Amino acid sequence: MEVGQMQRQWLDYTRSLFIEGFLDGQFLQLEQLQDDNNPDFVVEVVSLFFQDSHKLLNDLTIALDQKSVDFKKIDAHVHQLKGSSSSIGAQRVKNCCIAFRNFCEEQNTDACLKCLHQVKQECCLVKNKLETLFRLEQQIMAAGGSIPMMELSF
Amino acid sequence: MNGDTEEENHSTETTVWIRCDVYDTGIGIPEKAIPTLFKRYMQVSADHARKYGGTGLGLAICKQLVELMGGRLTVSSKEHVGSTFTFILPYKVSIPSSDENSDDTDELSDVDNNDAVSDDLTEGFFQFQPRTLGSLFSSNGSTRRTLHKFNGFPSNPFALPSPNGVVSKAVTNSVEDSSSVVADASDLTESTSSSDHRENSEGGAVKLRQGCGDSSKEVNNESRKSSNKCEGLIMKKEDENSRCVSRCSGSREEDSSKECCRSKPKILLVEDNKINVMVTQSMMKRLGYSMDVVNNGVEAVKAVQRHTYDIILMDVFMPVMNGLQTTKLIRSYEETGNWDAAKSSGIEQIQQISDYECCVPPRKRIHIIAMTANTVSESAEECYANGMDSFVSKPVTFQKLKECLEQYLR
Repeated sequence: MEVGQMQRQWLDYTRSLFIEGFLDGQFLQLEQLQDDNNPDFVVEVVSLFFQDSHKLLNDLTIALDQKSVDFKKIDAHVHQLKGSSSSIGAQRVKNCCIAFRNFCEEQNTDACLKCLHQVKQECCLVKNKLETLFRLEQQIMAAGGSIPMMELSF
Repeated sequence: MNGDTEEENHSTETTVWIRCDVYDTGIGIPEKAIPTLFKRYMQVSADHARKYGGTGLGLAICKQLVELMGGRLTVSSKEHVGSTFTFILPYKVSIPSSDENSDDTDELSDVDNNDAVSDDLTEGFFQFQPRTLGSLFSSNGSTRRTLHKFNGFPSNPFALPSPNGVVSKAVTNSVEDSSSVVADASDLTESTSSSDHRENSEGGAVKLRQGCGDSSKEVNNESRKSSNKCEGLIMKKEDENSRCVSRCSGSREEDSSKECCRSKPKILLVEDNKINVMVTQSMMKRLGYSMDVVNNGVEAVKAVQRHTYDIILMDVFMPVMNGLQTTKLIRSYEETGNWDAAKSSGIEQIQQISDYECCVPPRKRIHIIAMTANTVSESAEECYANGMDSFVSKPVTFQKLKECLEQYLR
């Protein structure tokens, strides 16, 4: 596949992520922060997010598994996850967290468990999507091309 | 009081007035507020504290201190233009001779003045009149003051203030010009003294931080000649907010060392989320600023104790101590000059190298910007109520940060 084609593929794929709500405008902020001084910024931040969220999801699983559920602690964890997902533009993860927090407030264990399941799924999905995107980028760079500027014009 | 000093009043020693103007281009003071300006707990308006902070103690403290030093404080102000506070202090200048009493220089000297001139030339000092009774802020505070004994020194360097204590333009010429007129908070002395009396008997003592050697000395205020009604006070004003701070020699050192960093604002980020830290730091770097980072409120308080910051980006929802609480503690330090509120919250103050450093007064009000997720508990109202100056809603974007900083970095 030649560079031009790869670049078009990258563009289409990125656009789809936005249209399907996996990513929001905040992701573009990250891309704008990437430059020659910081060539791997997006990958670094996203990687950090998945490391962090992996731990948080584990903690949440354990916390919800307790006989006596500590909703304050769970709320704190979800707040963290909401904050970081929001910061990188992982929109669907963030939205799950918002719902999750509401159920925490209601102290509804079952609903919380459902939310946890959903959040895990969304994290998994966006992780795969972004990995695909980054792989595309690597291919373009390897072929001597550059990543096109993303315009949010839809 | 060193008895030797007075015996040394020969030709090699004169007393001069040293004058300092502290001015700002702030909101100004309406004329009607002038008469009560130097009273304890009085501020320009009932909601002044809510808008601008402060406790109304600054000028009252200043007034007492300068009085004790035999000086006077005057104010001149124009609403929406600014205010000028002027204090004058009698200063004894002596040329060192062979029989110079070295105790003089150990006396309550103004360190900075001693440092400013070479030891070979002159020595001088401000006189305090230590007394055996009462504390620095005894109930007799404003009623009775001592007239300093300055022989060979104009007895009436300033014309008497107008009887109504009306604010008039502060003098610009030499303080030794006896024809100059100053506006002052004079006549209030008599009226405030009685109220001070009452306040004190109710236990409203004013606390002054330790560290300026003077404060440990016992001082009592004695009668002052009724004709000399002006009182003065050391006051260091920052920005548009009047803040009264005690003058420690340590603060002078702090300031000069910070001089070189003045062009780049010192910014502190208080955020517990690693991803947010990474993103915010990257944005800041783009804007050309570096930041110190701490992860919770307790660390933030410690950082403020150690360094002077111009801006703090404060996450609201944090473990250990949240942003609202942390801001409250920092504001309390700015107003009172001490960290007692922090201590009662369990934050131990880090031991500094010298005594001066741990009582370094805040140079100016720190701009605290809340980073809020806009939930109910992090609403803008809550942020302002706790002393924050503005807020940025999360997720933080480059544009939001840029606007916020531009607003405060002039």
